[in-house]
Formats: sequence, C-alpha cells, structure tokens
Amino acid sequence: MGDSSDEEFQNSESWVFYRNRDDWKDVEPVEQEDGGEYPVVSISYTPKFKDVYDYLRGVMKIGEKSQRALDLTADAIALNAANYTVWQYRRDILKELKSDLAKELKYIEKVIQRHCKNYQVWHHRRVIVEWLQDSSKELKFTQGILVFDAKNYHAWQHRQWAIKTFGLYEGELEYVDSLLRDDIRNNSAWNQRYFVINNTIGFVDDVVSKEVEYVLEKIETVPLNESAWNYLKGLLLHDKGGLSNNVKVTTFCEDLYMSGNRSPFLLALIVDMCDERISNKAEDDKYNLKRASELCHELATTVDPIRCRYWEYMSTTISKKAGCESGEDAEGGDGPEEAAAAGASHDV
Amino acid sequence: MATSMVNEVKGDDSVPKELLLEKHVSFLREYGQNEDNFEYGITDYLRMSGVYWGLTALDLMGKLKELPENEIVEFVQKCQDPESGGISGCINHDPHLLHTVSAIQVLCIYDRLDAINVEGVIKYVKSLQKDDGSFTGDKWGEVDTRFSFCAVLTLSLLKRMDAIDVDKAVEFVESCMNFDGGFGSRPLSESHAGLIYCCVGFLSITQRLDIIKRDTLAWWLCERQLPSGGLNGRPEKLPDVCYSWWVLSSLSMLGRLHWIDFAALEKFIVSCQDSETGGFSDRPGDITDPYHTLFGLAALSLMGNGALKRVNPTYCMPQEVIDKLELKPQILN
Repeated sequence: MGDSSDEEFQNSESWVFYRNRDDWKDVEPVEQEDGGEYPVVSISYTPKFKDVYDYLRGVMKIGEKSQRALDLTADAIALNAANYTVWQYRRDILKELKSDLAKELKYIEKVIQRHCKNYQVWHHRRVIVEWLQDSSKELKFTQGILVFDAKNYHAWQHRQWAIKTFGLYEGELEYVDSLLRDDIRNNSAWNQRYFVINNTIGFVDDVVSKEVEYVLEKIETVPLNESAWNYLKGLLLHDKGGLSNNVKVTTFCEDLYMSGNRSPFLLALIVDMCDERISNKAEDDKYNLKRASELCHELATTVDPIRCRYWEYMSTTISKKAGCESGEDAEGGDGPEEAAAAGASHDV
Repeated sequence: MATSMVNEVKGDDSVPKELLLEKHVSFLREYGQNEDNFEYGITDYLRMSGVYWGLTALDLMGKLKELPENEIVEFVQKCQDPESGGISGCINHDPHLLHTVSAIQVLCIYDRLDAINVEGVIKYVKSLQKDDGSFTGDKWGEVDTRFSFCAVLTLSLLKRMDAIDVDKAVEFVESCMNFDGGFGSRPLSESHAGLIYCCVGFLSITQRLDIIKRDTLAWWLCERQLPSGGLNGRPEKLPDVCYSWWVLSSLSMLGRLHWIDFAALEKFIVSCQDSETGGFSDRPGDITDPYHTLFGLAALSLMGNGALKRVNPTYCMPQEVIDKLELKPQILN
C-alpha cells in the first residue's frame, strides 16, 4: 500500500528519481513489458514506482550485485513488499556480498511489522534465520507481532516452524496460557496448545485428564466459545473411553445443562455422546435416541436455527442408526460413502 | 456462533439488495485502466491470477468475449519461463506455481493449451514435489498445502497426474488434518477455511475424499456462518465474501452444501457489491476488487443463481469447461 510504504523512504519530499541520480547514470533502465494495450494485462504505475522498478530491472538484467543494488531492492520492496522476484534478488545480493545478516534480520523485522500478512516477508525472515542458524530472536519477535494481531496466520506458522526446527518448546504452554487469559476465544492459541502437547509429552492419560480440567474451567467462564469446545472434542479423541465415558466431562455437561445453559456447543456435544452410545449399542437413560432427537429439535428450532439442516440431518442419521441392525445405513440409499462418513462422525 | 462479535458487519439500508451483473461486467472490463488505481498498479506480480479471476468471473456471467482472447493468450505465452517450464505472474518475473495454475485455468477456459509448452509445465510441477510428498510454490520456497492443491489442479487439467507421486502427496495432505476435522497449511497448523478448500479440492481431484472426517469437517464449515449470514474463515473472525466460496465449495464437494442458510448468505454477498463502481468487496462498504468479485459470483452460482453459469466446486471454473475436458473430480452425494 502506498501510504505506509512511503514512510520507508527516509524523506519522501526529498526523493530523487533514480533517473536523475548521477551515481546511477551507468545503469540503463528497463521498462516493464506487460503485454499490450488491454486493461486486463496492462498496468498503470505511479512515476516513482516505474522509476524504481525500471532501474531494478536494469540491474537485474546485468546481474549487478552491489551495495547500491541492495539499497535499490529495499526501495522496490517499500513500494511492493509482495514481489517475490525482488526478494529473491535481494537474497542473491546478500549472499554475494556476504552481508551482515544480523542487520538483515533487523531490516526484515521492520518490513514485517508493516506488512505482516504477506507471504514473502515471512519467507525472507525464515531464510535469514536458517542462514544464521540463530533462532534466539524468533519467539520474542513473533510475540511482538501477535500483540497487534493475535490470530495472524503467518506469525503462528513462523513461530511453529522455529519451535519445531530449533526445539524451542520450553515456556510455550505458559505463553499460550497467557494468550488465553487475554482472549479465551483465540482459536490460534488453542491450536498452539495442541501443537505443543502433541509434539512434546503427547496426549497420554494424565495429560488428557489435566487438559480436560483446564478446558472445562475455560468453558465454564465462556460457554459460548467454539474454540474451547473444539479443543475438548480434540482431547477426547485421545480418551480411550471416547466422548461419552469421561466422568469429568459428562458431569460437567449435565450440570451445565441443568443450570439452564443452552450453548449450541454444549447441546451438540451431548448429541454426539448419544450418537456414540447408540453406535456402540450402549445407550442408557442419559444418552439415548430420545434425548438426541429432542436436543436436535431444540437446536434446529430455537438454539441454532441457522444450521437447522445440520440438526435435522443429525436427528435422522442417529434415528436410522438406532433402528438399523448394522448401524451403517445413514441416509437411505446414499450408498457406501454416506455410510462410511456417518461412521466417521462417531470415530471421535 | 460469534456472540462476542456484536455488530460484526455494518450492513444498513443503503446496501444493494439485487445482483448488479452489468455493473460487474464493466468493472472487470475496465479494471486497471484508471491511472488512479494504484492498488492494481502494484500488483503486477500477480497479474496472471488477476487475469484468471477477471476472466472466470466474466465467463460465469456469460461475457467471456468482453476480454481480448488473443492478447491474453499471448500474455500467458510470454510469462512461461523456457528454462523451468513454470509460468510467472507477469512478463520477466520468476515462475511460481500459483501463477502456473492460473495460467492453465485461463488456457483451459479458452481451449488454447496448444499456445504453451505443456511438457514444460509438467516438468515444472514435478520439480516442486518434495520427498515427503508435499509441494513448494517455487524453487526457493516454502511448503504449504495450497501448493499441493495447485499441483494436482494443474496436472489434472493437463491429464498428467502420473507425473507426480500421488500417494505421497495424499499422505502429506492427510498429515495436515487437525482434530477439528479441518486442515491447515502444514502439519498441526490451525484449520483455516481457505486451506480446507485447498485440501478438500486436492482430495476431490485425487479421488480420496474418503480420508476426510466428513461430518466433523462439514459441521465445522457450517459453523462459519454468522448471524449476518456471511461466512468467516476461522472461529471468531469477521465474515468475508471470499470465504463464501471456500466454505461453500468445500461443503459442496462433501455433499453438505444445504447445511448453509442460503437466503442469509445471499443477502450478505449481495450487500458486498458496490452499486456505483461495480464489483464485490470483502464486507459491505469496502473497496471492490476482481478477487472478491469472482468468489462472490462463484458462491452465488453454487447456490444455484440462475443468472450465472454453473461453477465447478473443485476447479472454480465453469462446469461446462470441466465437462468438455471430461474431468470428474470426486463429489460426495
């Protein structure tokens, strides 16, 4: 974007076009060939943009790898940080000049702060860290970006890469916990929690048990939090008893329901519990077809009507399962795929 | 559910309520002609994808002829790198898989694959597969499930799926499946509707939708619908027209399209048009662009809008083009 990029020129008003610079007289600018008069493929540029990129094409054409060419790439990046060709040329120059990579890391930090949703800038950072084999700044750096945008996909991806590549797991759960205390609905943080546990201690029995306590506490604070309920279901994937046999969870859900809470995620989980019991032929007076049907009806009509078709489907699927010996016929006549998929839904 | 996001969008009485097709045709035809359109000027590195967005949107409206076929085909030709075989976003730029797929989509719409060196493209895609089955976007680059999708999309359009190790490629995509049934960019990356579309599309092309936890994922996807009717891409994020496409197309491949409230979504998409300039934006009142215009129209087409051609949910191209190529991506009933 033009407005923010202009700041990267030290002083916009004193900007001198490359074509007017004495020390650039030896380079021949190369114009963009853009394929004709037609608007679909032709491009309109501002004079400054055209000037910088004409000279960039000029140095790239002769393969000049010099300090001034490096500075020129910074001007080009300031105008368009998403141009991956420029970034690649910059890296070629850095290599050739054996430039100070610690300085480059500071440079890319500034650029990312301005363009934090851009793929190329993050990729550049990663390459520099790999070249340096120094990951000591990555956690603090990504943390700084996440202060402004706690769900920034690129920042999380970079952070996960650094943690996994350089084994930086220590303290990460505490960090995730602090993020969840700031915003209990931060889905990226919940995902990170899963990432850390999965890649370290693993979801062994006592970890699952501790995590169940953790997430139930969070759900109790905000029962309408999709992310926490998803995490709970993810945890129960690792529970040998399945969805419906963890007493902490079932007690929690029943109490919440009895207290009058009608979070669609609470009702949905109870429906899934009934579904699991029916599939396993282990219905009881709490988890059975009658209750599943009533909950689906409540969800479809009052609690979550925008998804009424889903709830109607669940109701039908579960009824058919209950009435069908093999438990396979999900939606009459839809074939084996349908049945397999219905099976998959209660694999959890 | 997004009860924390009160007033998620500022829809008011002034937003459009009808589909403004003629406006969109002129918007796409003239996009970039305006000298003041700096946004377009700086995006030369993705010109090729821009051509695909504009062209497909026009084709869905039955207005393919509004753009000059020969000039576009010539542009694509000039963007092919003779050495690697890959195609770049703009003439003299470096090739990239994202632009290679757009270029092939454009040439398939025109039925002009003869214009480029097809073997070169196949060689290029093949060169980007890594030992673990994943793909990078260019020879420098990063691994991402987006690139797995681009690779098979390109090769299937060229009928050359045999050029890569499909089983390995499936294995990698499967390793990116999360506990919520969704997919992220890499193993254990957060589920994201755009990446879910890429992974479901990938599995549709490779005929492996069986590995998906169908109803778990489809529920997660229909949970993206917010009280405004619009769809977001992750829990607790704002709705955006482009997610209408990514969520709907995925649900369509999974045979669960009807779990979305069409009337509410249609109302949201239509409200994201600009009644003066034409085009769609991410949310009501924002600046419109070809990207959101294509995905807004494609989503309306999936919901059966009679004024538009049918779109194929896997390829995001007119169904008639896919039929002509005799491609049968897997779609669950």
